[in-house]
Amino acid sequence: MKSVAMTLLVLPALLCASAAHAAAPELAQAAGTYDISGSSQIRFTVDQVGGGGINGKFTKFAGRLRIDGNSVGASTVSFTLYPQSVATPEQRMADFLRSSAVFDAEAYPTVTFRSTAVRQTGENTAIVDGMLTARGITHREQFAVRLQNLKGNAIAFNVTGNVYRSRYKMDVGTPIYLNVVKFDMDIRGDRR
Amino acid sequence: MRRHQVNEYGFWAIGLHWLIALLIFGLLGLGFIMRRTAIDPALQFSLYQWHKSVGLVVLGLAALNGLHWLAARHPAPVPTLGPIERRASLATHLALALLCLVVPVAGWTVASTTPLNIPTFFFELVVIPPLPLGRSEAGEDFWSLVHASTAYLLLALAALHVAAALYHHFVRHDEVLLRMLGRKGPQGGNVRLASPAPQPAPREGRKQ
Repeated sequence: MKSVAMTLLVLPALLCASAAHAAAPELAQAAGTYDISGSSQIRFTVDQVGGGGINGKFTKFAGRLRIDGNSVGASTVSFTLYPQSVATPEQRMADFLRSSAVFDAEAYPTVTFRSTAVRQTGENTAIVDGMLTARGITHREQFAVRLQNLKGNAIAFNVTGNVYRSRYKMDVGTPIYLNVVKFDMDIRGDRR
Repeated sequence: MRRHQVNEYGFWAIGLHWLIALLIFGLLGLGFIMRRTAIDPALQFSLYQWHKSVGLVVLGLAALNGLHWLAARHPAPVPTLGPIERRASLATHLALALLCLVVPVAGWTVASTTPLNIPTFFFELVVIPPLPLGRSEAGEDFWSLVHASTAYLLLALAALHVAAALYHHFVRHDEVLLRMLGRKGPQGGNVRLASPAPQPAPREGRKQ
C-alpha cells in the first residue's frame, strides 16, 4: 500500500520474463537468493459452520527463495514453519492445534514446503507447486504468488493457497470446522 | 391422549422418565470424563460435541416431560405415604424436573459465552445458535460453575430419588417403583404394608 506508485512502475516488468522489452534488466534486478524475513506474516483461517472460524498465525518459520534471473520458472523456494509457534486469539485453541489432535508439534516439530515448479501467470503473479510435509505426510500443494514490492535488497510477496487438512491426518473437528485451511501469507525476503 | 387410571403412569410418562434418566447418567459420566486433563485432545473434542448434542436432547425431553406432567393426569401419591413423605417426594420431583431444564440451559449458556466460540452442531445435522450473550472468559467461568454445581445437585437428588425408590421397593414393599416400571402395585398394598414386617404376599402380586 505504502509504495503503490513505485510498485506500479516496477512490477509489471519485474516478473515478466516473456515480455522482452526492458524486462530482462528488471528481472536481473530481482534475481538472487533471499532469506525469508521474520517480519513475514503467516496467517491462516479455518471456517466453521454457522459463520466465523479460527484465525491463526505462525510466528516462527524460516525459508529461502531463489529467483532465477534468466527464467522465472527455474526459481525455487523452500520454507519451514514450526507449528509450536501457532497462535490464535484463544490460547486453548492454539494449545489444541499444537496437540496430538492436530499438528502433534512435539512429534513433528516442522512443517516444510519445497517447490517443484514455478509457473508465471501474469506480470507479477505466479503459481508455485511443491511438496508440503506435515505430520510426516507429504502431498503436492499449490500456492498463488503475487509480487508486491521490490526495494533495494528487500522483496515482498503475497502468497495464498488452500490446503485440505484431512490429507495430513489433521481432520479433527470436521465437519464443525471445514476441511480447508486457507493460507494468506505476506512473505518478505532479504537478499543474502 | 389415553386417559390413565389414577394409580398408574402412562406410556409417555414412563418412557420419558427412563429415557431422561438414562441420558442424564450418560451426560454426567461424559461430563466427568471430558473434563479430565489427561484425556486425548481429539477424543476430548468429540466428547464435548456429543455432550452438547445429548444435552440438548435432554433439554427437549425435559420440556416435553414438564408439559406432559402439566397436561396429562398423573397418579396420586401412593396411599401409604405420610404427609411429610408426600411433601418431600413432591419437592424432590419438582426440583429434579426443574434441574433437568436448568442444567442443560446452563450448559448451552457455557457454549454461548465461551470465547472458544465452537459451534453447537446438533449431531452434525443442524447448527444450534448460541444464546444472545456476550462472550468472555468471566462469563464462561461463571456459567461453567453454574452448570457443574447444578449438575452435581441433580446427581445428588437423583441419588436420593433412586435410594427412595429402592427403599420403597425393598423395604416398604409398595408400588412406588413398580408403577414407574409400568406394572401394577399390589392391590390393597397399603393395608398390608402398614405393617413394617415384610410379607411374602406382595411379591406374588407384582407379576399382575
